[in-house]
Amino acid sequence: MNILSAKNIKFVKDPLMDNNPISIQVLGICSALAVTVQMRTALVMSLAVMLVTAFSSLAISLIRNKIPSQIRIIVELAIIASLVILVDQILKAYLFDISKQLSVFVGLIITNCIVLGRAEAFALQQKPWPSFLDGIGNGLGYSMFLMTVSFGRELLGSGTLMGFRIIPDSFYAAGYQNMGLMVLAPGAFILLGLLIWVQRSVTGTVSE
Amino acid sequence: MSLDQIFTKLEESLSKSPFKLIEPLVEATHTFLLTPGKATRRGPHVRDNIDLKRYMFMVIVALLPVIIMGMYNIGRQTGISDFWLAIWKGALVMMPVVIVSYAVGAFWESIFAKIRGHVINEGLLVTGILFPLTLPPTIPLWQVAIGISFGIVIGKEVFGGTGMNLLNPALTARAFLFFTYPGNMSGDSVWAAVDGFSTATPLATAAAATGNAVDALHASPLHYTLNNMFTGFIPGSMGETSTLAILIGAAILIILGIGSWRIMLATALGGFGMASLVHWLAGPTATGMLSLPPVYQLVMGGFMFGTVFMTTDPVSAAGTNTGKWIYGILIGVMAILIRTFNPAYPEGMMLAILFGNVFSPLIDHFVVQANIKRRLRRV
Repeated sequence: MNILSAKNIKFVKDPLMDNNPISIQVLGICSALAVTVQMRTALVMSLAVMLVTAFSSLAISLIRNKIPSQIRIIVELAIIASLVILVDQILKAYLFDISKQLSVFVGLIITNCIVLGRAEAFALQQKPWPSFLDGIGNGLGYSMFLMTVSFGRELLGSGTLMGFRIIPDSFYAAGYQNMGLMVLAPGAFILLGLLIWVQRSVTGTVSE
Repeated sequence: MSLDQIFTKLEESLSKSPFKLIEPLVEATHTFLLTPGKATRRGPHVRDNIDLKRYMFMVIVALLPVIIMGMYNIGRQTGISDFWLAIWKGALVMMPVVIVSYAVGAFWESIFAKIRGHVINEGLLVTGILFPLTLPPTIPLWQVAIGISFGIVIGKEVFGGTGMNLLNPALTARAFLFFTYPGNMSGDSVWAAVDGFSTATPLATAAAATGNAVDALHASPLHYTLNNMFTGFIPGSMGETSTLAILIGAAILIILGIGSWRIMLATALGGFGMASLVHWLAGPTATGMLSLPPVYQLVMGGFMFGTVFMTTDPVSAAGTNTGKWIYGILIGVMAILIRTFNPAYPEGMMLAILFGNVFSPLIDHFVVQANIKRRLRRV
């Protein structure tokens, strides 16, 4: 079997645009609002969600034939929770500052609809490799929106990108001000809404 | 050649020329100067040739006392006592804001009109003037441009344009500026038009008062007496200081049948009732906002301006008669609640009206359902 066949590539590409977890399925909005004030936290969060989704899908797919369907949610959550704890511990060990900023939201990846959604909807029926790719794809789709939203929020709200000052001091001296709204949660809502608007205008998706 | 013919010719030639982009603007000017002469061919015939453009224009007429008073007051606050000179000075402050508001608003309107293939709607006519009137005179012009862009695009066009909006676009624009650039929208220094002189607004004074709020208001260097606050000779947002001028506008709106008297009355009653209740419950030893007599609450801040010009926006307000009462009372009560109990916001009218806007479809739904139920019982 060709591990990068056209069909397998589609598992990664599909969630990026046509079936994006945030803009089309509108999942994982809570964390998208909470961690996108700065690009750095958003990047770490994106990586964490992508790895958890990919590896939980892989693990669940591997044992999919052994899971009794009555307790499948418990099994899935146990796997996801273990992975999230692993991610949390790694962050605490190597990226303590960012771990503190992300605080509870790393732990809340367990309840992120995207992770459980992919496990339920995809990994339980598919072979390990496609499940893994699907997890990566959905993680990337999530990351794409997180990074775009946090780009706008950090640039407009703090005048920085990745913590580096982008807007020169002369702008501030001339009367420019950071947009306070962008640091607040509604700023993320508005940017997310605009992004979804743009995306749906481009793809022509219309939901019921 | 008559004006009508000139415009018709111009539109015809424009639609074929490379300057097609500005055709909606010409069309808008055309119908603005000459109301459309379309007549109904067969019944039922309209009794009155009122259309959206005339409807919106009447609101501008009702706003004239407020605008003139606002300009005069800005001039007066800068220390000019001569009437015409004060108006001139005020116009120099207010007009750039109004022009920016209209120009940027028209820019977005024409873009959306072009993309969606319809003519420019008249909604901007009112939004473009209401928004500047709720701003402090010292607002930077680039913030006005950003605010009106947000109000028009996010507040109105994303919902489908004039007539489809959930929220009042002018207030959406103001709310955006309020949360985005709080330093320019509220606080101690922005309201006075005199350079280098700053003082707290009446509402901020009352909210911060450690003793009786009325005493604190009278003790203020700008004499915040009930009289001054009613006539509007105090620093404040450009259009909202003078309750007197606003009441004249309210009379015009009600006589012409443009603004709903039910909504205005309900909002005022709701506000007055809640203010009385709060004042009475707090007792005579209360301090700060709680010690304000109910009448003060009505004349202070943006309450009256919001009541007359913002709540009555026919698109975002409730449509049924019963609904209008509920909607108005809800806004009045909420405004006073925010003022008295939320320490972060000395003024609550803007948030209360946006809150009411969100609820108005729900209110209408239940009023209609109740009516259906009542009539079904008779079947």
